[in-house]
Amino acid sequence: MGDPLFIHGVDLAVFVIAVVKVVVAFVVLLVSVMLMIWFERKVISDMQNRIGPNRAGPFGILQTLADGIKLFFKEDLMPTNADRVVFKLAPYLALLPALLIFTIVPVGGVVTIAHHTVELQVADPAIGILFLLALSSVAVYGTMLAGWSSGSKYPLLGAVRASAQMISYEAAMGLSIVAVVLESHSLSTRTIVDLQASSVLHWNVFRTGVIPFLIFVVAVTAELQRPPFDLSEGEQELVGGFHTEYSSLRFALFFLAEFMNTITMSAIIVTLFLGGPDGPGFHFLRWLWPILWFAGKTVVFLYGYVWVRASLPRMRYDQLMDIGWKLLIPLSLAWLLIIAAIEQSRLWGVAILVACVPIYFLLQRSRQVSRRRAEMQAVETERARSRKDPRSVLFDSLLADEPAGGEH
Amino acid sequence: MLPPLFGGFKVTIKQVFEPRVTTQYPKAKQPKPPRLHGRHVLNRYEDGMEKCIGCELCAAVCPADCIYVRGADNSPDEPVSPGERFGYVYEINYLRCIHCDLCVEACPTQAITESKMFEFSFTNRADAIYTKRELVVDDAGKPQQLAWEDWREGEDEHTSAWMRATSPGGSADYEGEVQWSAELGYGVRPTEAGQRGKRDDGATGNVSVRVVERDKISRRLGGTVR
Repeated sequence: MGDPLFIHGVDLAVFVIAVVKVVVAFVVLLVSVMLMIWFERKVISDMQNRIGPNRAGPFGILQTLADGIKLFFKEDLMPTNADRVVFKLAPYLALLPALLIFTIVPVGGVVTIAHHTVELQVADPAIGILFLLALSSVAVYGTMLAGWSSGSKYPLLGAVRASAQMISYEAAMGLSIVAVVLESHSLSTRTIVDLQASSVLHWNVFRTGVIPFLIFVVAVTAELQRPPFDLSEGEQELVGGFHTEYSSLRFALFFLAEFMNTITMSAIIVTLFLGGPDGPGFHFLRWLWPILWFAGKTVVFLYGYVWVRASLPRMRYDQLMDIGWKLLIPLSLAWLLIIAAIEQSRLWGVAILVACVPIYFLLQRSRQVSRRRAEMQAVETERARSRKDPRSVLFDSLLADEPAGGEH
Repeated sequence: MLPPLFGGFKVTIKQVFEPRVTTQYPKAKQPKPPRLHGRHVLNRYEDGMEKCIGCELCAAVCPADCIYVRGADNSPDEPVSPGERFGYVYEINYLRCIHCDLCVEACPTQAITESKMFEFSFTNRADAIYTKRELVVDDAGKPQQLAWEDWREGEDEHTSAWMRATSPGGSADYEGEVQWSAELGYGVRPTEAGQRGKRDDGATGNVSVRVVERDKISRRLGGTVR
C-alpha cells in the first residue's frame, strides 16, 4: 500500500520527481484558479446577457491577474480590535487545506520515469480519504478565525454561520464518502480510481447508487460556501461576511482559497464518484488522455457550480439546517446502512431496506408534528396578542421593533 | 414538467443564447435621445451672422448663474449680428451649468441651443469656462469639436429638439408650427410631433431607443431577435 514511488527507498531521482510533482501541482492549481475566476465571471455574464471581463488579455482571460496585481498594491488595513496574530494567520489557514487536498487527487494514470513508477498525483497516502476529511474540517478554521479575529460583528456572525454550516454538512459528506470507501475497500484515492476504471458502470456513482453522489455534491456545495449555501458571506445581511475586514493581499488569499476549494472539491467529486481520469483513451496521446478526461469532468462540475450560482437564490438559515440535519444526514445514514448490508448478503440488504421504511415514515411524522406545533404556537401567540388592549398591542409591537397593524 | 427547482436553471441557461445587451462604451455608444440636453452652441443665421443680440435674458434666467453676457453695439460697417447689438462677451461656466435649457427657452432669437454632446471632461478649471470662441458654430454651421470633447458621427445634427417638439411660446396652438429662424448649415430645422401628431421622424431624427436597439432585444419584448 501507499505510494509506489517510495517502495524502493528514496534516492535522488525519487526526490526530484516528488519535488517536480509538488511544483507542477502548485503552479497548475494557481493557474487554474486564475482561469476559474475568469471562467466564473464569463459564464455568469453569459447567463445575465452581459459580456463580462474583456479588457485584460484576449477575452479578458488575464482579468484575474490584473485584479491580483491591483489587490497586491492596495493598502492593508487591520481593525483596531483585531487579534493581530490570528488575523494574519487566518487567510493562510483558509488557503492551505485547499492546496493540500489537491495533493491526493489522481489527475492522470501511472507513468514510468527512470525505472520509477510515478502516479500522476502529488501524493498517494494510504489514508487518503481520512486526509481529505481532516483537511476539509480544517478549512473551517480559516473562516472561523478570520471572523473571530476581526473584532467586528459582521465577520463574527459570518464565521458563526460558516462553522455551524460546515459542521452540519460535514456529517452528510462523511457518510456519503463512507459509502464509496465501503465499495472500494480502500482509503487510497488511487485504489478508488483504479477500481472504477474500465467501464462507466463501474463508476462509484452507479456502484453506490446515485444517492451518495447527490448528497455529496450538495454537501460539498455547502462546505464550499458557494451559492445557494453562501450564508457566511451573505452580502445583503453581513456586508462581506467573514472577510469583511480584510483588504489587500489577505483578501486576495481568501478569494484564492474560495476558488481553489471549488476546483479541488470538483476534482474530489470526479475522483470519488466519476472514475477520476478514467475514460476511453486513444493511443496517440497515451498519458495525456486520462488527464484530459479528468480536466473535462472537473470543468463540467465547475460549470455546474457557476450555473447554480446564477440560478438559485441564497437559502434561509433554517432551511439550510433543515436540509442538512433532517434530510441529508438521515438519508445518507440509511443509504450507508443499506450498502453495508448488501456487502454482507442480499438478505441483510432487504432487511435493512424494509427497516428503513417505517423509520422514514416515523421521521416524516415527527416533522409533521413539529411543524403543526409551531403553527399552533404561532396562532396562540397571535390570539393572546389580539386579546390585549389595542394600545398595549401597539406598545408591544413598538417594543418588538416591528410595525403595528400589518404591513406598511 | 420539471420541478420548480429546475425552472431557474432553465431560465439562466436560456440567457446564454440570448444576445448581449452590453454596449462597449468608449468604443460604441448608445444612441442618444434627440431631446437630450448637452453642451450649448451659439447659432448663426444662414448668411453667417450671429443670432445672439446680447440681451442677457439667458443670463438672467439661468438658475445656476453660469452664464455671463456683455452686449455691445454693432459697428455699421462690420455688423456681427443683424440688429443693433450683439453678444460681445459670452461665457458659460460648465462647472455650474445644470443643463436645464431655460436659457434656450428664454432666448428671443434661438441663438443659444443645446447640442446632444455631454461627454466632455476638463483637466483644469479654465477649460470649463466656454467663451464665444468655443460656443459659436463654425463657418459650416457645425458645433466646434474641442480636443477634450467626445463627438461622434451625427451627434451635431439635433439640438434642443424638445423645444421644437412643443412650442417655444408655450401655446399649444402653435405646436408643430415652425417658429424659429433658419440656421447656418442646417436651414430651418423641422418641427417634432409634440402632441398633435404632425410628426416627421425622418427629418427630426426622433427614433425610439427600442427601434434602434431592435437587434439586441428579444422578440418577446418588441425586438427582432429570434
